[in-house]
Amino acid sequence: MLTIAKTEFKSRLFLGTGKFSSSSVMAKAITASHCQMVTVALRRVNLDNPDDDIMKALSVREYTFLPNTSGARNAQEAIRLAHLARAASGSSWLKLEVTPDPRTLLPDPVETLLATEKLVKDGFIVLPYMNADPILALKLQDAGAAAVMPLGSPIGTNQGVLSDSMVEIIIEQARVPVVVDAGIGAPSHAAYAMEMGADAVLVNTAIAVAGDPVAMAEAFAKAVEAGRTAFTSGLGQRRKHASPSSPEEGQLSSDLAFLD
Amino acid sequence: MTITINGKNKTTQDTSTVATLLASLQLAPETVVIELNTKIILPDTYQSTTLSEGDQVEIIRFVGGG
Repeated sequence: MLTIAKTEFKSRLFLGTGKFSSSSVMAKAITASHCQMVTVALRRVNLDNPDDDIMKALSVREYTFLPNTSGARNAQEAIRLAHLARAASGSSWLKLEVTPDPRTLLPDPVETLLATEKLVKDGFIVLPYMNADPILALKLQDAGAAAVMPLGSPIGTNQGVLSDSMVEIIIEQARVPVVVDAGIGAPSHAAYAMEMGADAVLVNTAIAVAGDPVAMAEAFAKAVEAGRTAFTSGLGQRRKHASPSSPEEGQLSSDLAFLD
Repeated sequence: MTITINGKNKTTQDTSTVATLLASLQLAPETVVIELNTKIILPDTYQSTTLSEGDQVEIIRFVGGG
């Protein structure tokens, strides 16, 4: 069982709720994924369409809501959004995102660390989105992050876990759960992260923009479970040269006598 | 008087409170969070918080996001 900030999660798949074609497709995909943690963002209300409320489609009691600070370009903006998120959700869970460059959406390590330090002091359960930097992961953990969320590849790119060798070091060193976030574009990518020993993965785009998001959510759920079971079962070591799977003893002689 | 809501100027009655503003915008109070001049206003003070000329109001809610 995965535990973050004393909360237990049976499912190791977290879902983002952006980019779905409708609230009902989103709700069905979330159900199919069996996830227990969903991320949401905060935006200004569209005053021309005041009824457009995503929370109508989501059962607040069923899931842990993880509001993000997407849009924040520095620590100050992230902290402001964090307090708004807590006022809106009534909970202290927070996915901290500080992305100064809209083209890459890569997280700012300095501002992320500053904001983590402040928000932990303010009583937030902080899960920072970070580059796959093992030293930064340790610093965020020391600052009180409840988990760390290294990226697989840039947000929304579906490129998979390009940062695998660094994520492996992060997992090896971490005392808090490691959630691989961003760039996971296929169930195989999610399984790969879980096989490496990630505690969970967060997926949004790959499910939301799939031809059939509900079926894709199910595929991701299976992949995450398979990857986790593979990790706990102990994977075989990678080696350079062949090692026969069939016994070497009792082989027929290379001289096939019966063909004479 | 004129106040700014989500970056746009809007004319409201001089006696407006946060509660009457939300009602006039047809927004259910429990679905939004309000910032008045960058300070968060808690729901139990919506009725007692009056608005003044030039106030900056942000009305925020959750949307889908990753």
